[in-house]
Amino acid sequence: MSSREEIQVDWLTIVLYAILVILGWANIYAASYKIGQEASIFSLDLESGKQLLWIGTAVVIITVLMLLDFKFYDFIAYILYGLFIAMLVGVLLFGVKKGGAQSWFELGGFRLQPSEFAKFATALAVAKYIGNTNGFRFSQFSHLVIVAGIVLLPMGLILLQPDAGTVLVYSSFILVFYREGLHPIVLWILITAIVLFILTLAVENQITLFYGVGALAAIIMAFIYWRRKTFNRTMLIVFGIAIVVCGYILSVDYLFKNVLQPHQQKRILVTLNLMQDPRGVGYNLDQSKQTIGSGGLWGKGFLEGERTQEGWVPEQSTDFIFTTLAEEHGWIGTTLVIALFVVLILRLMMLADRQKSRFARVYGYGVVSILFFHLMINVGMTIGLFPVVGIPLPFFSYGGSSLWSFTVLVFILIKLDAHRGQVLMR
Amino acid sequence: MESFRPIYLKLFVVLIAMVFVGRLFSMQVTNSTEGSTVRRFIQYPYRGLIYDREGRLLVTNEPQFDLMVDSRRMQMNDLEGFCEMLGITPEDYAKRMESLKRDRYQGSVFFEKLSNLEYAKIQDKLVHYPGFYVEPRTTRKYPHTSLGNTLGYTGEISPARLAADTAKYYVQGDYIGISGLERKYEEHLRGKRGVKYMRIGPHGNVVGDFNGGNSDTLAIAGGDLYTTLDLELQQYAEQLMAGKVGSVVAIEPSTGEILAMVSSPSYDPNQLTGRLFSKNFGAISSDSLKPLFTRPTQATYPPGSIFKIIQSLIALQEGVIRAREQIYCDGTLIGDHARPGNYDVRRGIAVSSNNYFYKVFYRIINQRKDPNPFIDARYGLETWGEYVSNFGLGSPLGIDMPSERGGLIPSLQTYDRVYGEKGWRFSNIYSLSIGQGEMLMTPLQMANLAAIMANRGYYYTPHLVKGVGEDGGPLPEFTVKHETGIDSVHFDPVLDGMAEVVNNTARLAVIRDLPIIGKTGTAENPHGHDHSVFMAFAPRENPQIAIAVYVENAGWGGLAAGGTASLLIEKYIKGEITRPWVESYILESRYLQNMPEL
Repeated sequence: MSSREEIQVDWLTIVLYAILVILGWANIYAASYKIGQEASIFSLDLESGKQLLWIGTAVVIITVLMLLDFKFYDFIAYILYGLFIAMLVGVLLFGVKKGGAQSWFELGGFRLQPSEFAKFATALAVAKYIGNTNGFRFSQFSHLVIVAGIVLLPMGLILLQPDAGTVLVYSSFILVFYREGLHPIVLWILITAIVLFILTLAVENQITLFYGVGALAAIIMAFIYWRRKTFNRTMLIVFGIAIVVCGYILSVDYLFKNVLQPHQQKRILVTLNLMQDPRGVGYNLDQSKQTIGSGGLWGKGFLEGERTQEGWVPEQSTDFIFTTLAEEHGWIGTTLVIALFVVLILRLMMLADRQKSRFARVYGYGVVSILFFHLMINVGMTIGLFPVVGIPLPFFSYGGSSLWSFTVLVFILIKLDAHRGQVLMR
Repeated sequence: MESFRPIYLKLFVVLIAMVFVGRLFSMQVTNSTEGSTVRRFIQYPYRGLIYDREGRLLVTNEPQFDLMVDSRRMQMNDLEGFCEMLGITPEDYAKRMESLKRDRYQGSVFFEKLSNLEYAKIQDKLVHYPGFYVEPRTTRKYPHTSLGNTLGYTGEISPARLAADTAKYYVQGDYIGISGLERKYEEHLRGKRGVKYMRIGPHGNVVGDFNGGNSDTLAIAGGDLYTTLDLELQQYAEQLMAGKVGSVVAIEPSTGEILAMVSSPSYDPNQLTGRLFSKNFGAISSDSLKPLFTRPTQATYPPGSIFKIIQSLIALQEGVIRAREQIYCDGTLIGDHARPGNYDVRRGIAVSSNNYFYKVFYRIINQRKDPNPFIDARYGLETWGEYVSNFGLGSPLGIDMPSERGGLIPSLQTYDRVYGEKGWRFSNIYSLSIGQGEMLMTPLQMANLAAIMANRGYYYTPHLVKGVGEDGGPLPEFTVKHETGIDSVHFDPVLDGMAEVVNNTARLAVIRDLPIIGKTGTAENPHGHDHSVFMAFAPRENPQIAIAVYVENAGWGGLAAGGTASLLIEKYIKGEITRPWVESYILESRYLQNMPEL
């Protein structure tokens, strides 16, 4: 039994974090390295040199986070949330556009992306609401509305920028809610909706889908009748669901064409293999896949990635950094890095699960979900399993905002975990 | 709280990770892609050059550039400027883009055959249009305007020849010899294509070698052709034939080497090179005088009186006449210019007596081998046919030019088809005796006959190339001596007659100190003026040149054809013209107006 006063920092997580950050740094060097103009990894002319500055500042941030009182995070959760919501509004009014989205503040050469930091503020706010509300239950309508609102508000504001990738990351909170007791039916409805969405786009004649839904409903109703030998309410519900599903199918087409931007429509179609566009929207994906594919089993070796050096893949040091890793270190390298991420995520889940305070646990799952979604979406898009949306690969993508944001997310959890012995079970 | 949920979530994370790792395995290990984007550059070999017998250049190469586009890399940001640079309209641009032949590793030809000058003009601007680059190759260039038909032209390979190329050497867009020597010696001239692979970057620019250059193959230049032609004689012959329709073929008798070969009218070969080809080919090929028709080897005519030489030799060899035997001819059997009187071989040839050769041919055909004249004629014609084919008649000689024709020598079957077996005898075929009737020869065969006369009984297949490559000899078939089966002793009386010809029927061909041994012919032309033909060689001892001149619609053979032949003989042997009046007569003669209405 550990003493209540003892501070137990989880060094394994810190080591995993450090390994990923260093591997990421080396990869950024590889991505910005050019044969013929060799420069040191420390050179500030290269992105690797600048990344080292961000890493250095991240260490400062870690130090500050670890020195603050662990109760401070509970205390400041709503304040931070309010602050970043205000910044998300502000960025829509005063921000600068970069890559089609108005998501950056610019102050004298220093750029900040509030949506990156709003993630941990939202995680804290969700944790605080769930943790501090007595008898919180998702089945209670007011609780559900408030907790959903905490997540949907920043999502809505970011959608206005518009930055679809980051919006998708916020949807990771569905995992947190599931962990905290959300009825699984919600997950099933979501999965069904996604499957139907893809089917609607993939199937040329939507009438066949209606036939399928109708046939399925009829079989279920027949089954119920066979069991009960009578008509009952369940059958009506099944019938109602079938109607709703058909309505959804009808509206998908409209939603797809009128709500999504043309380039987003194309990205989805390219990912689903419903469209070939290797010179347009599909260019990134095509180059990304070819570069990954050229890595082979063992890769071409560090700083030997000729496709990387020839500059085939756009955004290679940021959103498509995974391709550099894949080309130079092959399947062994990609598998190793994915394994490191999985170990980190499972470790963080374990940390979250062992929290006595619901606040800390919910926050922990928030961190895990955000990290996992980033990994899933980023790697998924580079290998063509997910539409191309611009979000970074944690610790690997070049950029200060992203690195700091993940550092803050992880180290607040480490800090909370270190003091888990000091909280009373609520 | 359901305690399974954290486990489900962990399983979900692991499941997704496994899906990714599996997908990466299929991308990186089982379906690994090529590391480099590679573009294939064809290294076109230098096509072999063609020289005349003195080493004067007849055909050379000139650089030419194809504007290529790599459609996967191209970006068109300034259509207007691009079109202006090439002098095309935007519609033209769209059409060209539409019809590109796309290839995974290779660009497609967007605009072909830019000349050196045109390329120089666009060279600097081209960098503004990513994905566009030029591929250098060469086109033919001719320092002279001569020999259009003989040399032939090159052009893009046709779908039919591409399909016929079972060795798969050619690819679409390759240049290939289409006619003349360019076609006949294609395999020697073309060389061997090389291929160079280069890695290219995302902007379509070459970034370096591929595989350290180990996959590349070098282009091997084609072999040069050393022809038998004498450019000076050729040019003079072409000059003399200007304004006339017909042929000149001059042969060195001792070797079969062709010294000059004129097909008139011809065309300037420079008009069928590079982009000019598509511009000019239509007009040249549809010209009513058919300049693309190679008359020396492809036109066939009734030989007329020159065939009497062969009749004499066959009769002497068969022993149906003796050299000094006098035969009385009165001009009653067949129309004749020769006066009635006694004729022997010498006089028969010298004055070209039709009736004499009627009788000679009668003796060849009817040798009393069978009492039935219908059957006797069969024996006679069969024997005669064997001799005639030994003179290289009735089938192509085998010159090194494509599409040579063989003329026509009637056989038993020819007449059987017309009259039925045993349905014909001498009276049905007598016009063969004076080279008319069902008989056709090419001018080349006529010149070869002159060479046979010069050699007294044998010939080498006439040919145009005596060396393939620096040290190569002629093709092996050109060193085979063909015997006619006529003893050389029989030639004397015939040659005696021919020596007198120029004094009788071809006075324009007389050169005072250079006796010409020749024979005129005037082939009846049912469509208009008679064709003028003259075959000759000189000098009688150690002959240096044998020649046949055929001028369509020029009337009496001794004039146009005889005059032209004598000028060429004089030019070749003496190197100068001593009879300017003959030269100016020939130069001023134009027989085109004698052409029948087409």
